[in-house]
Amino acid sequence: MIDEDFTKSLLEKHSYLTQRDSVDWLTVECAPEKLVSFVQSLRDLEGFEILIDLTAIDHGEGDEFRYSTVIHLYSLVHRGYVRIHSICADNDKPAMPSVSGIYPAANWHERETFDMFGIHFSDHPNLKRILMWDEYPYFPLRKDFPLAGIDTPLPADDVVEVTQASVEPAPMMGGPFVSPNSGSMSDSEPRAKDESWTEKKGKPV
Amino acid sequence: MHMTASDVAYNGKVEGDVIVTRADAVINWIRQHSVWPMPMGLACCAIELMASAASRYDISRFGMEVMRFSPRQSDCMIVAGTVTYKMAEVVRRIYDQMGDPKWVVAMGACASTGGMYRSYAVMQGVDNIVPVDVYVSGCPPRPEALLDAMMKLQDKIGRDSSVRNLRKTKAVAAQ
Repeated sequence: MIDEDFTKSLLEKHSYLTQRDSVDWLTVECAPEKLVSFVQSLRDLEGFEILIDLTAIDHGEGDEFRYSTVIHLYSLVHRGYVRIHSICADNDKPAMPSVSGIYPAANWHERETFDMFGIHFSDHPNLKRILMWDEYPYFPLRKDFPLAGIDTPLPADDVVEVTQASVEPAPMMGGPFVSPNSGSMSDSEPRAKDESWTEKKGKPV
Repeated sequence: MHMTASDVAYNGKVEGDVIVTRADAVINWIRQHSVWPMPMGLACCAIELMASAASRYDISRFGMEVMRFSPRQSDCMIVAGTVTYKMAEVVRRIYDQMGDPKWVVAMGACASTGGMYRSYAVMQGVDNIVPVDVYVSGCPPRPEALLDAMMKLQDKIGRDSSVRNLRKTKAVAAQ
């Protein structure tokens, strides 16, 4: 169990941690320079064997610290999760130490986080894009990136020469397309939220 | 006696071992009934594509069961699924490697228009990079819909002017 005793002893052992408010599992705030040693001790000493998820949050352009990373670990011994939140100090070139040396599963998670948010994981063995192509200039999950995309050339010059194709913003046509999550199956297919407007007929204000 | 030029007609008793027809009709008849599809399975549509090849729907009834995973051995690319911008280059290269004559079927909403994926990562229709002959609606289309599309494609092949195209190619080659 991850109870108050466990939380208290963990916070005592690692004095640099602060606890964050959380509705479900234990969530701690960890400074980036302490992250690797803390995660290592969680795995080796506390029995958190599985890395469940590693991702990032973009808090928006106005925020003092715009990017932070979140790690979820699971313990089969404690039958519970711990969540580690770390704030990137630099907004222009956000960086975070890599935990892929401790959990090999973090390797691709960190590549994806780099691909989508542009967070550089130092000491990562192979930090390159995993979903978008290598030359892609943007980080699509950042708050200032439009869902429809931005005009970009395709990577293959010879294909572009024949087809004149390029990456174009997708027509939103009343979208984004989401499932209403209620009603019968036949009514809950993904659809535009507001079908009254298209690219040709303006969006009602 | 009147006979439409597009029919392949043969009466053994009258004509012996001789068949008289148009070259176009014969060539198209052969091409029509021996389509070798190249399954370009990119998403869930590929599952329906597999179902249409399996025993229940049985695409071999139309002479199309020879699915080849090499573009060199196939003449009809069935784009079944979501074409991302990253994959677009690959789709075009595979299309380029297919020998002429060749056809393309855009199977399902994603391959036809991008479908519900109005996003930065998805090409809004495979016709941005390859010429499409038949579009199939559905998300994903049922195997019957694909069979219908393939029969439409057969009709289209049947209307082709193969000999005229051949002359054109020769003229270009002679230049």
